[in-house]
Amino acid sequence: MTDLPESGGAPPRRDLAHRIDPAQAGSHLPDSSAALVESYGAVPDPGLAPHEHRRADVDPAAERRAERQVTAMFGLSALATVGFVVAFFAVPDDAAVLGIGAQNAALGVTLGVALFLIGAGAIQWAKKLMPDVEIVEDRKPMRSTDEARAELVATFQEGSEDSGFGRRTLIRGSLLGALGLIGLPAVVLLRDLGPDPGSALSTTLWDDAAEGMPLRIVNDVTFTPLRPEDLEVGTLVNAIPENFEGSERYDGLPHEGPARINARSHSAVIVVRMSPEEIRSQQGENWDHEGILCFSKICTHVGCPINLYEHRTHHLLCPCHQSTYDLSDAANVIFGPAARHLPQLPLGIDDEGYLIARQPFAEAVGPSFWERG
Amino acid sequence: MSSNTTSVTRSAGPGAKAVKGVSTWVDERVAPAKFLRKNLAKVFPDHWSFMLGEIALYSFIILLLSGTFLALFFKPSMVEVVYEGSYIPLRGSSMSEAYASALEISFEVRGGLLMRQVHHWAALLFLSAMAVHMLRIFFTGAFRRPREINWVIGVLLFLMGFLNGFTGYSVVDDLLSGTGLRIAQGIMLSIPVVGTYISFLVFGGEYPGDDIVARLYTVHILLVPGVILALITVHLMLVFYQKHTQFPGAGRTDKNVVGYPFFPVYTAKAGGFFFIVFGVTTLLAGLVQINPIWLYGPYDPAIVSAGTQPDWYVGWLDGALRIFPGVETRIFGFTLPWNVIFPGLVMMGAFYTLAALYPFLEQWVTGDKREHHVLDRPRNAPTRTAVGTAVMAFYGILWLAAANDVIADWFELSSAQLTRTFRLTVIVVPVLVFILTRRICVGLQRRDRDRVLHGRETGIIKRLPHGEFMEVHEPISEREIYELTQHDQYAPLPALPASDHNGVAARSSIGSRARVRLSGWYYGTQIPKPTRAEVEAAWAHHGGLDGATHEAEIEHEERAAAEIEAADQGELGTRR
Repeated sequence: MTDLPESGGAPPRRDLAHRIDPAQAGSHLPDSSAALVESYGAVPDPGLAPHEHRRADVDPAAERRAERQVTAMFGLSALATVGFVVAFFAVPDDAAVLGIGAQNAALGVTLGVALFLIGAGAIQWAKKLMPDVEIVEDRKPMRSTDEARAELVATFQEGSEDSGFGRRTLIRGSLLGALGLIGLPAVVLLRDLGPDPGSALSTTLWDDAAEGMPLRIVNDVTFTPLRPEDLEVGTLVNAIPENFEGSERYDGLPHEGPARINARSHSAVIVVRMSPEEIRSQQGENWDHEGILCFSKICTHVGCPINLYEHRTHHLLCPCHQSTYDLSDAANVIFGPAARHLPQLPLGIDDEGYLIARQPFAEAVGPSFWERG
Repeated sequence: MSSNTTSVTRSAGPGAKAVKGVSTWVDERVAPAKFLRKNLAKVFPDHWSFMLGEIALYSFIILLLSGTFLALFFKPSMVEVVYEGSYIPLRGSSMSEAYASALEISFEVRGGLLMRQVHHWAALLFLSAMAVHMLRIFFTGAFRRPREINWVIGVLLFLMGFLNGFTGYSVVDDLLSGTGLRIAQGIMLSIPVVGTYISFLVFGGEYPGDDIVARLYTVHILLVPGVILALITVHLMLVFYQKHTQFPGAGRTDKNVVGYPFFPVYTAKAGGFFFIVFGVTTLLAGLVQINPIWLYGPYDPAIVSAGTQPDWYVGWLDGALRIFPGVETRIFGFTLPWNVIFPGLVMMGAFYTLAALYPFLEQWVTGDKREHHVLDRPRNAPTRTAVGTAVMAFYGILWLAAANDVIADWFELSSAQLTRTFRLTVIVVPVLVFILTRRICVGLQRRDRDRVLHGRETGIIKRLPHGEFMEVHEPISEREIYELTQHDQYAPLPALPASDHNGVAARSSIGSRARVRLSGWYYGTQIPKPTRAEVEAAWAHHGGLDGATHEAEIEHEERAAAEIEAADQGELGTRR
């Protein structure tokens, strides 16, 4: 490319003889670059357009008007600032005008106007009164001279030689090794950011449920145990196991620390009731109780809690990314980005007539992860 | 120029004396006179689109100012507290201290809500201004040598802005932001092999735990802003050192820069513009509500509200998550959830990587490694312009897809049908947009050629003696001709020779063959700009600038039309 003149480089070329012959230009070029066919205007560069005076440059009245405008804007800005201070102390925080918080609006408008007018004044000043003659400044190409480059290389080589970095291979090797390792503590130190995941992602509060040790299902707000007769066909109840809040048999989770919020992110379930004949399939045989079904509430896509239930179609929709599950068909995905069904809990009823989970979830709930299997 | 430097010595007022005193004091310690003298007079070119980057810079300064205020009151803690503040609907609810302090800022701290809303509006503006600024740089080819480094820094800044926006709205710990965090955790879990570990390290154990808000807070107010500040500093130093690009025009070349001096004109204009951006942001914050966290309630991982929508810059990622089909594979007992890996990790990674590499990819295809300081008009780089609009279409459709539930609700459509439509359009529309943009660019090139060779349409219809009607064209100014023809034009790479000089079959690498093909694709579609000879010939027909004879005009019109047609049919390279 070096033998091609730079675009717009030299002063405008006036004669056509200097035009690059495309064919010739192409043959000059190594295979690796496209041929520059044309690189200058079809007429010589006529140069900058002549400067035109603004009104404020030639008409003293216009100049004075511009001056007054700028001053007025700066002056009004000062007034608005005073207004801001007054509003801060004078407008009570519960005042409202037209349903809008009056304090926020008053502070925002006064401060906004104060700031805006400083800017508008400055720009008006620059546009009307400051010089508007375009100035031409030369550019130097973005490269050092060959001498400067050579000097740099020489200086570096000299320093490098003086240090013996190239010769003293033992020093060099051991330094590089030490530097390579010194980053390791930074990585190791981060190890205690969190514990080993272990089997935590496959664990829920429902794991307490077992044969002979059933776990009651309770409403997730009132924590009252659910009975089949409380559930009408078509209802959906958000629920959680009894060991979350605690009961006669369980202590419940501590209020301090994150145990409760963590539990809600994996042990939340939904309980729905439909006519038994509407159930087309389930994840286990007879996992329903008289048409009552219980599924994990956590979407298997990226973990949003699901709550939009269309009781006539039995479709359950995740509001985040619209994954849709059919609860009458083993909660399989019928639409959307999720790839797996919502895990189901096998239901039953205990001696006192409360709904129970007979077993824990058979698989991990929530979004997929590598070790999920 | 010299008047600026001499004015101090000329006027003998007390102010001038003080300035002189201070400048002497400073000069005797850091000797900046020569440097400052040179740079006070530094010339910057003028164009409205050069203000887009300024808006981004100013909104970042506004973010620093308003963020510092918020940090004085915000408590980044996940300790459970019972809300007893003045917002009655939430009284008695238990929530994290972080959310409670955000409510306190909104309701009890005077000006707190204003600063919160200034901060949020400025964040949206920061990301928007960066996005539009990047588009301006892209479409005008301002990323070409010597500005590739600054382009890469810009892509990094856009990524950092995304990160800081997301961490920023997540620390509040309201229901909406918590849902966003849950989705982020779902994406982390999808990372093959180490995803579970990454999630446990980031959240300090199980999701959500009680560490994340404090951690996000440090990232949000220290780590990422520090990186952004450093990158902005280098970005601006390079703009300053390399001097700003300029739009083409008479008198503007790659060897000069035409504009106004930094002091006083740009000091006033740019300084004033900062106040305008700050003023508009504050007015928005005072009058237009943004992120009303008190309506969402405290975060509870078992609750979600319908119609959850992230901030705009996260939208395209959310849209991709929504429309990607539910594909998951299990291999050797391990799970690969492609429905999350692809939109969440691969697409984001590919987008930012390709964006950062674009200047180098284009250089490789075109072989254009020369310095450029005069900007391209988008029409003169049809393929680049078409690539840009196609990417915009892709991004825009994913962005719309993030609102599929809202769109479905507004227009009473089924969200399933909408999702299927988005799955199709996200592939088809960018291709159509590419083709259409290239055609429009070529059409505009043709119009430029037309204008140079036979002037502008005057709107005057003439009836010729033999009855024919024609529109009178008037030649355009020399300045305009120069502006329309100053750009570089390239031919595609020639096909590789099948054999060398000695008749030995030439071996060509896959890379060089791909390059020839890409070069043909890149440069194949363009209208040759008028040459000097063509312009001279056309002007001779017009009889100079005025008074063209009718016959000559007709003849010229016909000739020009035939020429255009020929140009239309043949590729530039092959025609020549």
